[in-house]
Amino acid sequence: MNMMSRSPAARRSPGRLDLRKDSVEMSHGSGGRAMARLIEELFVRHFDNDLLRQGNDQAAFDVPPGRLVMSTDGHVISPLFFPGGDIGSLAVHGTINDVAMAGAKPLTLSAGFILEEGFPLADLDRIVASMAMAAREVGVPVVTGDTKVVERGKGDGVFITTTGIGVVPEGVEISGDRAHPGDAILINGSIGDHGIAVLSKRENLEFETAIVSDSAALNGLVADLVSAVPDLHCLRDPTRGGLATTLNELAGQSAVGMQIFEETIPIKAEVAGACELLGLDPLYVANEGKLVAICPQDRTEAALAAMRAHPLGREAAVIGEVTDGEPGFVRMQTRLGGSRVVDWLAGEPLPRIC
Amino acid sequence: MNVSRTVVAQTFRVRGLVQGVGFRPTVWRLANELGLTGEVLNDGEGVLIRAWGNAATLNTLVNRLRAEQPPLARIDSIETLPLAAGSPPTAFAIVGSETGHVSTGVLPDAATCPACLSEVMDPANRRYRYPFTNCTHCGPRLSIVAAVPYDRANTSMAAFPMCPACEAEYEDPSGRRFHAQPNACPDCGPRLWLEDADGLEIDSAPHQDAIEAAAALIEQGAIVAIKGIGGFHLACDAANDEAVAALRQRKRRYDKPFALMARDPSMVAHYAAINEAERDLLAAPAAPIVILQTGADHEPLASAVAPGQSSLGFMLPYTPLHHLLMQTLDRPIVLTSGNRSDEPQCIENAEARTRLAGIADYWLMHDREILNRLDDSVVRSDEGGPTMLRRARGYAPTPQPLPPGFESSPPLLAFGGELKTTFCLWRAEGAVVSQHLGDLEDASVHHDYRKILSLYCQLFDFAPAGLAVDHHPDYLSTKWGAALAEREALPLIQVQHHHAHVAACLAEHGVARDAAPVLGVVLDGLGYGDDGTLWGGEFLLADYRDFRRLGHFMPMALLGGAQAMREPWRNTYAYLDGCIGWPEVTARYPHLDLVRLLQSRPLALLDRMKARGVNAPLAVSAGRLFDATAAALGIRPETISYEGQAAIELEALAQSEADEEAAYGFSVMDGHPAVLDWTPLWHDLLADLSRDIPPSVIAKRFHNTVAKAVAQLTRRLAEEHRTDTVVLSGGVFQNRLLLSRVSERLEAAGLAVLRPSLYPANDGGLALGQAAIAAAITAEPGSR
Repeated sequence: MNMMSRSPAARRSPGRLDLRKDSVEMSHGSGGRAMARLIEELFVRHFDNDLLRQGNDQAAFDVPPGRLVMSTDGHVISPLFFPGGDIGSLAVHGTINDVAMAGAKPLTLSAGFILEEGFPLADLDRIVASMAMAAREVGVPVVTGDTKVVERGKGDGVFITTTGIGVVPEGVEISGDRAHPGDAILINGSIGDHGIAVLSKRENLEFETAIVSDSAALNGLVADLVSAVPDLHCLRDPTRGGLATTLNELAGQSAVGMQIFEETIPIKAEVAGACELLGLDPLYVANEGKLVAICPQDRTEAALAAMRAHPLGREAAVIGEVTDGEPGFVRMQTRLGGSRVVDWLAGEPLPRIC
Repeated sequence: MNVSRTVVAQTFRVRGLVQGVGFRPTVWRLANELGLTGEVLNDGEGVLIRAWGNAATLNTLVNRLRAEQPPLARIDSIETLPLAAGSPPTAFAIVGSETGHVSTGVLPDAATCPACLSEVMDPANRRYRYPFTNCTHCGPRLSIVAAVPYDRANTSMAAFPMCPACEAEYEDPSGRRFHAQPNACPDCGPRLWLEDADGLEIDSAPHQDAIEAAAALIEQGAIVAIKGIGGFHLACDAANDEAVAALRQRKRRYDKPFALMARDPSMVAHYAAINEAERDLLAAPAAPIVILQTGADHEPLASAVAPGQSSLGFMLPYTPLHHLLMQTLDRPIVLTSGNRSDEPQCIENAEARTRLAGIADYWLMHDREILNRLDDSVVRSDEGGPTMLRRARGYAPTPQPLPPGFESSPPLLAFGGELKTTFCLWRAEGAVVSQHLGDLEDASVHHDYRKILSLYCQLFDFAPAGLAVDHHPDYLSTKWGAALAEREALPLIQVQHHHAHVAACLAEHGVARDAAPVLGVVLDGLGYGDDGTLWGGEFLLADYRDFRRLGHFMPMALLGGAQAMREPWRNTYAYLDGCIGWPEVTARYPHLDLVRLLQSRPLALLDRMKARGVNAPLAVSAGRLFDATAAALGIRPETISYEGQAAIELEALAQSEADEEAAYGFSVMDGHPAVLDWTPLWHDLLADLSRDIPPSVIAKRFHNTVAKAVAQLTRRLAEEHRTDTVVLSGGVFQNRLLLSRVSERLEAAGLAVLRPSLYPANDGGLALGQAAIAAAITAEPGSR
């Protein structure tokens, strides 16, 4: 890097970070003093825990007995801050949920940051604080991390990759290929909140009622669900691609058919209204605090009760059943009584029927 | 009788639709009348005749065969080949097939023939009032077949062993029932009954039979589900406002016109105008629904039969059941598909009991299974001939002869579109397009599509060497085609939507494979363009192999994607804002109802969607231009209840102004491609609205404008590219006013106009075009 091109701030004598005014500089990723200061004054301050404080390049810890689960997820989102969350909380919730969908109890997280030169430290501070808060709320510490800086224009403010490790209790075997004909399909609440909240914030779309993302960590709900119904067959969070895509994935993986019922699928009136105005199908809109659970038919009531007893499952509902219909096909009985094919989309939604 | 001594022997090879239609008995009868000896048989290519006699008589046989062929036959060719005379046989015989491989395929279902009808109406006949009477000239075919060969054992008549009397008819080569597979009588055939909502059979004997009882119930205002040829119908008295309104509510079909059945053409004539051509269409063996114009001098029916329309769809009885039912009724009945809203109609008894519960009051059922769902076909008679709007019962699966140059095409399977889907088996013996199957997103259509596809492949002994699909990545048909291509390692050819529309019309009209390019004008809702954008108002220089986009309508934002199809006002706003600018519109025309209506909508949100590209793709769409105009005139501005409703009602309104000839402005932006700009039209239209010009006049002026603009650009492009033939296709050209206006102008300019006739201009015709294009490309690899 050419010294002459360094920003004026970088030439200032090293001192405490000014979190209100400073922004990310190339030196914050250089491995030198500037980076150490950023880590100390920002990341460690927020994530504060014993393992991180040891200052090692890795975290070493004991694990309880059981099968280990590991999952990783890169987070890129625009806008970085949206109603109901931000990229920081999302990066924690997303990975915790991926770990939890194996029925596992998440133990630790790692976080890798790619920062764009010029990104305000105030925003970074807010994001990391939110991340730390999200991690603390669910008792899963961020125990190791990494920071890199890319030149201005080569990133989108901040990208965060998180990796989570968890452990599956004895006797729990949850997998996307375990759905059986006759099983019940449940969801813990309303669909489409996150996708519409982010879209409306990003595109500055105003609706009568503000729509808030459902971003949440589902490990507590999963723990309750698994203890009530240890023989749960499948769990998956319907994030990108929405409920439709998740059901298609599960139907394909398990080689079963699925029948869902439109009128049983929870959706907030404001989300349904926004989808209608925007011409979007809520079945394909992203969620960040939802899970689809598939359980044996005779465990339906137990699963539903366990979900409804948890704050994140109060609106839980049985939305359909697994069938011995054509493998990989999801059908939906519509409100009008018709039956519709709910298929994968090839890419971005594109009108087919005008 | 000819006494020439020179006995010669000849073989006649007859190709066409000549099997299963009573062709061999006709040959046998004529040969016997003419004193010829020899034999006739079915084989893999059609019917083979070996005949001995003098040359002149043999010639007479051929001529009389053409003149006296059975009603359901279609002779494509009779080839004469020499035969070593040897010693002539002593008689003429119908013999079994030699090869064992009899030509495959099955015929369309056909309306009851006059001979069967007179038996049914004759108290002395053993089939008096028997609703399942049929012969080789009429009756069910595709609807009851499960497999080939087309023998009784492979149909749903397998459950009814013939009685000795029927068996004798079946074996008698001189009769109409020789090898009539569904032959039946009251002693051995299917049975009819009437049941109530609890599934209890209603016994009205001895005063009435089930049909008379059903007719009486209809007369009293009841809604009766009736099992027909290709599915269940729902019937009620078409003049009974309450009954028709109840049917609409219960079926949740709020506006889409209901089909009607009348006893005979003279009854039809009380309610709609009917000319010679329309009379012929109504009485054809296919017995389609024929769209007829109504006027002030016609007797009214219930207003809910066809809201917002200036036409009615009538059909005539096409089974003995329908004849017997209509015999006792003095008015037409509504006879609409037995379903809720837009689902496919029921075909099974148990299904009809559950799915039509709460809709029908009574069920007129029978125990002959319907194996293949077939909707009623819908046809209109236009100046240039019939226009097929929905091709199903009575037409499918009649093969379409391949145009010249395709003789060596490999077998190809085309998957069609997404709405009003059909598929096409492209075979050397002719292209077979399936019946209208419906909208693929509907799960039961989706199920039927694949079931019927595998049935057709079996019926026509068909194994494709290549597959053709639409270019749209999210059409279910495209995805299945792609999946099948991968699984079977078959080549997959993706065909541009509007190119397929043009090619379908070329194929139907027998335009040769190597013919010079034509100018294809395709106006529709939308299809996926080669450049990844949405097209739908296209001027293409096209042959089978390739096309160039020479021009198109101006692109406009589709605000909310497919939601813009359901809510016409979105398009009005898109055009007004896009062409004029919304602030100017509100400043100049603050008092227009249209402006007030739009101001009550979330326009700021739509503006953001457009500015940020949120589900607001730019799309060229003739269909949306019609919707935008309809909504501007207050026609269904909020929402429509069936596809194309706003545009259809706009046309009906325009039709009421026969003498209005004025047109609005338009402009052509030169370029490659050229663009038809509607900005002047919208300025003029708003000015008319503000001067309180009646909506009907504006509707007519709008049609005049589009016709003038389309014809003008077409003429110019045709001249520039030296083509003298124009194809007019796409769903928007089902607009009769537009079609006739554009055609007149082009023909007056000396251009030849081809338009879809036997296959729909809408997406129901896509599969045929896809197949033709794939065949043209496949036969000549690397040409594209």
